[in-house]
Amino acid sequence: MYQYDNYDHQMLRDRVAQFRDQTARYLEGKLSESEFLPLRLQNGLYIQRLAPMLRIAVPYGMLSSIQLRKLAYIANHYDKGYGHFTTRQNIQFNWPALEDLPDLLADLAEVEMHAIQTSGNCIRNTTTDQFAGVAPDELEDSRSYCEIIRQWSSFHPEFAFLPRKFKIAVCGTKIDQAATQVHDIGIYLITGADGEVGFRILVGGGLGRTPILGKEVFEFVEKKHLLTALDAILRVYNREGRRDNKYKARIKILVKETGLEEFKRKVNLEWELIKDSSLQLTEEEISRCGSFFSDPAYQQLEDQPDTLKQQLSENILFTNWYEQNVNPHKKAGYSIVTVCFKATGVAPGDVSDIQLNALADLADKYSFGEVRVTHDQNVVLADVQQQELHSLWQELQSKAMASQNLGLMSDLICCPGGDFCALANAKSIPIAESIQRKFDDFDELKNIGKLSLNISGCMNACGHHHVGNIGILGVDKKGEEFYQVSMGGSSSNEASLGKIIGPAFAQEEIPDVIETIVGVYKSNRETGEDFIDTYRRLGIAPFKEKVYAKAD
Amino acid sequence: MQKLIKNGVVSNDNWTVLKVASGPEVLQAAPGKAMIIPLQLWKDFREEVEEYTGSIAIWLDSNETVDRIGPDLHTLPLIALNFPAFSDGRSYTSARELRESLNYEGEIRAIGDVLRDQIYYMSRCGFDSFALRHDQDPEACLAAFKDFKTGYQSSVAEPLPLFRRR
Repeated sequence: MYQYDNYDHQMLRDRVAQFRDQTARYLEGKLSESEFLPLRLQNGLYIQRLAPMLRIAVPYGMLSSIQLRKLAYIANHYDKGYGHFTTRQNIQFNWPALEDLPDLLADLAEVEMHAIQTSGNCIRNTTTDQFAGVAPDELEDSRSYCEIIRQWSSFHPEFAFLPRKFKIAVCGTKIDQAATQVHDIGIYLITGADGEVGFRILVGGGLGRTPILGKEVFEFVEKKHLLTALDAILRVYNREGRRDNKYKARIKILVKETGLEEFKRKVNLEWELIKDSSLQLTEEEISRCGSFFSDPAYQQLEDQPDTLKQQLSENILFTNWYEQNVNPHKKAGYSIVTVCFKATGVAPGDVSDIQLNALADLADKYSFGEVRVTHDQNVVLADVQQQELHSLWQELQSKAMASQNLGLMSDLICCPGGDFCALANAKSIPIAESIQRKFDDFDELKNIGKLSLNISGCMNACGHHHVGNIGILGVDKKGEEFYQVSMGGSSSNEASLGKIIGPAFAQEEIPDVIETIVGVYKSNRETGEDFIDTYRRLGIAPFKEKVYAKAD
Repeated sequence: MQKLIKNGVVSNDNWTVLKVASGPEVLQAAPGKAMIIPLQLWKDFREEVEEYTGSIAIWLDSNETVDRIGPDLHTLPLIALNFPAFSDGRSYTSARELRESLNYEGEIRAIGDVLRDQIYYMSRCGFDSFALRHDQDPEACLAAFKDFKTGYQSSVAEPLPLFRRR
């Protein structure tokens, strides 16, 4: 994990002092509401429906046990005892008081954490695959490049007042779990013609009102040019992105309106000017950042030891959890464990101070003191010895954290929605819960198999509904909450955007609608087909027919 | 006389910004002064500008790109970049392009909605004078230059990014 040096610490202290001063001036009335707004947003602070909301950055999802314990303290001391993992690998708190924030930020700074650029029209937290560094199918660990991008984008003086927010994701694994193609910039590590590893860079992906997949702007960029290429893209965007209409201000609209070829030409012109500047990465810097993500002290262990096989044969509950929540690791004798935070009746992504402390203890005991937050709002213990899986599972069970539904339909993504968010048109948490209650039988969930269900309470799409195999969007119709259902979305390597099935439904109709859709899949699937495969083979028509036939 | 911050100190402003001008008559009406005129006026009336008895500088709005200035860029003692709203970030890019791509060495002045909390980033992008919005206290704004001791990126004062200085 990256370790701050004196420079990083100094910048963080300066930022805390700066925001303390800004908050004081605002509370004294010396800074107007509108002038304070972008300053507080760039420090992660929203004013929400019920209270302020603070979004804390978790760079590319990595958290140490020390940081987890600090977050537990913050949940307990400044909030009502819980936080919320977001779809961008961050964590947010819904109840801190504005006047407490400078102290809260100072507490965070002690453990190398902050809320910088988690909101506002600037470059946000860079995200990546939660299996980075441990996945067996990885080309190279993406986290060191995420860290390089984090430093470049933090307090970037030129890009603090962009037309709109800007999100970057990096993916180094074959199976893309980072939703890379729906980011403003999506970066894939690839092998170039001469065998060197470099980057393929997509631009202009995004969800929201105008969902689009990113388009390739750089087919292959050498490692040393990562930052010069990003700087060139951002410069064209800052200069030319639309500022007349908030809904047309994302880079995806600029790319679309300019045309991909012309946009590429402009970026390349800019790139030529700065390619060989001091911004060109040095080999020393690449290896310095890489050194923070070298392998932990793995032991030489037998793969799939007999003890594990024995435990699996003896306990069906353990087997269920193992089959869903445990993934292969690059190192023999180790596994990747995902702790699923989607228990029925709990808002997806919600985590209590007790659970945060428990995660810290489990990370120390089983996984070299580190965890990763995933973009689907779960938490990964990346380096668990296979011979310890059973005792880890027992501990998770005793702490009610052994949900075995990872990747299944009830492991849904859901934004905070109208219960908390000032932007929402409709509630989303009760929809999630009603679906989880309808589908609470594990065998049935398992029979349905891999299915992503994503729920957003408004078209800003924090719940990524466009890329859910089934997507649900809350809409407001004359003051009443309705829900639009879409199908066929996917954030994987073969990313696709969902299609709306037809007229929206009332809240109480949704569980039955989902059941009908799943029923069509079950009666039409061929051997080995996941939900998305059957959908892609059949198209939307048979689903639509059944769903609306029932409604009539 | 209006105060401004220049090279890190509060000083008197000798320049007058001509916000709107349709033709060169305004120059004839106010001879011998230091005038910051709109880019377009400067481009359209070169002869009148040459004949002016005072000093001439130009200002660019945030939607005017610096490549429009053309080859006479280096004859200008000062270029002002406007912030129609403090949240409009385009002039940060213009300043960096002037300094880094076009090697402009004259004064780059921030005009318009110029506030205390943006001065630090502006200075890192190459602005060296700040005509603050009228309600800002120039003395109090001096503290902004010390908001951060250093940054990750390069700046005009620190031409190397931190990874080359570490």
